[in-house]
Amino acid sequence: MNKFTTLSGIAAPLPMVNVDTDAIIPKQFLKTIERTGLGKYLFNDLRFTPEGTEKPEFVLNQEPYRKAVVLVAKENFGCGSSREHAPWALMDFGIHAVIAPSFADIFYNNCFKNGILPVTLPKEAVETLLKAAAEKKEITVDLPNQRVVCDNKTYSFDVEPFRKHCLINGLDDIGLTLEHEKNIAAYEKEQKGKQPWLYAT
Amino acid sequence: MSKPRTLFEKIWGSHIVQRNDDGTCILYIDRHLVHEVTSPQAFEGLRLAQRKVRRPDATLAVADHNVPTSHDRLKGITDPESRNQVDTLEKNVKEFGIEYFGMKDKRQGIVHVIGPEQGMTQPGMTIVCGDSHTSTHGAFGALAFGIGTSEVEHVLATQTLLQRPAKNMRITVDGELAVGVTAKDIVLAIIGKIGTAGGTGYVMEYAGSAIRKLSMEGRMTVCNMSIEAGARAGLIAPDETTFAYLKGRPLAPQGADWDKAVAYWKTLPSDAGATYDKEIVLAAKDIAPQVTWGTNPEAVAPITGVVPNPEEISDEGRKDFIKRALEYMGLKPGTKLTDVTIDKVFIGSCTNSRIEDLREVAKIAKGRKVAANVYAMIVPGSGLVKEQAEKEGLDKIFIESGFDWREAGCSMCLAMNADKLQPGERCASTSNRNFEGRQGRGGRTHLMSPAMAAAAAVTGKLTDVRELVAKPVTPAKAGV
Repeated sequence: MNKFTTLSGIAAPLPMVNVDTDAIIPKQFLKTIERTGLGKYLFNDLRFTPEGTEKPEFVLNQEPYRKAVVLVAKENFGCGSSREHAPWALMDFGIHAVIAPSFADIFYNNCFKNGILPVTLPKEAVETLLKAAAEKKEITVDLPNQRVVCDNKTYSFDVEPFRKHCLINGLDDIGLTLEHEKNIAAYEKEQKGKQPWLYAT
Repeated sequence: MSKPRTLFEKIWGSHIVQRNDDGTCILYIDRHLVHEVTSPQAFEGLRLAQRKVRRPDATLAVADHNVPTSHDRLKGITDPESRNQVDTLEKNVKEFGIEYFGMKDKRQGIVHVIGPEQGMTQPGMTIVCGDSHTSTHGAFGALAFGIGTSEVEHVLATQTLLQRPAKNMRITVDGELAVGVTAKDIVLAIIGKIGTAGGTGYVMEYAGSAIRKLSMEGRMTVCNMSIEAGARAGLIAPDETTFAYLKGRPLAPQGADWDKAVAYWKTLPSDAGATYDKEIVLAAKDIAPQVTWGTNPEAVAPITGVVPNPEEISDEGRKDFIKRALEYMGLKPGTKLTDVTIDKVFIGSCTNSRIEDLREVAKIAKGRKVAANVYAMIVPGSGLVKEQAEKEGLDKIFIESGFDWREAGCSMCLAMNADKLQPGERCASTSNRNFEGRQGRGGRTHLMSPAMAAAAAVTGKLTDVRELVAKPVTPAKAGV
């Protein structure tokens, strides 16, 4: 997995609530069997007309946001489907951090599995960052110190220690879990004794 | 006496393989459902790391999202990308030794319909699938939730997930539902009350006499849409209704195991005095048939209501959302919902494609005709649901009324196959999401119950199904 430590750059403002994963990556692009190559379809229906031409009013079609590395949005970002194609599309486009007042659970979780940092900040802080992003100011997201810096202001954020550890070190959590294979086998043995029907198929 | 525990706490507690210092747990997963859209990259990951599937016996795969629902589908899938995804799943299940229901198998269907139908879904289990509507299985008192593809790979390789406990909410619905009001109306009313993020971070347990009275099909509809309130999972305590549904199903416990399992299942309901982080209460009698007017499931109103006016909303984010939603939906504030005409009807999806849903549709359809301006499709949740409906003669009622009776799959719930709305088309749909473009780019979705969708099909507009229930037709007076 890609590591995430600190990131500085252009942040694209997307001042919308309830941005769902169907909007982030519409269903017709879920037919791939790869993880890569989805960046060109990120926010497809918001970004392009049905004929495929750019909609100039959409933020990612404007300079300097074509090179955005951070996205700033409103409440409940990433709601809906569990499709991991949503963080894959963000990553492939070049967005490595999303800042919002709240996230949907599955999307939030999927981000960490792909080297993307979702940052939850209070609504007022996000409003300030949306303005700064609209003014094309750079934003720094510093995971080791758990802070966002922009326009000489610093905002602290919370992140679960284990997720932080995995992200900073780019760890494969399957490998980590398999270090405890003995405990999994012991659990299975005990469960099979108590609930044999779970192993009858 | 130990501390009283909730259903969620009991299931969670009995599946912890290991608890780390920071509270992250390795949680054991009892059953894993796999479909073609969210699994190819997970299997590829296993191959690259030279890992095996830990418990093929606890894993079941099916193709549902991409499959055509036309009657000639056994000729093959025309769309090359869809075909490749289904072929890839077939190759992967062979390589990793996983049971698979292919298109030719009458057990094929929507992943969240077939799990319960086969008796794979059982009380007290942990169940996952790379699909957000995995919450459906909570109807059996199983802790079931959707995961992303990386976690699909994690479960395939380790039969566990890294998780932290969720908060616990109880939603109590007491009393009698009015005639024409169903499980779908209950859950839409709940989402309307708490919002699409109201359940974020929670596992929601549904309780109360109105929930207890629901059939398993109704309970699945309620739990299915828990994710539309943002919840990690939905739960309903197992009871005699649950046991009766499961008994004798192919993957349910058999013989002596059955009695042992039932004895265990009876210990699962929340203890008296167990506490929740949040409580919500609704009265069943206050719930009218619901219909959505906007672009997420919380944008819902009783069918007797009107399209809301964004100018009356003070919260800026919400106001913008409603404005945008009305523009997308082509609706004006103040319009009576019953004045909205429709073009298409979709009856199906993991929310409402089970036999009971089809019986509800048949009750309304019988002796009536689909309106001339409407194309209405019915997509059963599985080949077995289809077979049962045909045994009961429901297919004849549907065809006679002018519905298109199709093969099983996810179909126009998310329009990954050929079934989709054209730009501007308005659809009465029994599915679960009305997001922009969900059923086809530019398509306009109104979510509702199967009975309400059937009512819309025969009148050609959003309709209060209670009016049709009150005025049953005889075949001699067919037509509207």
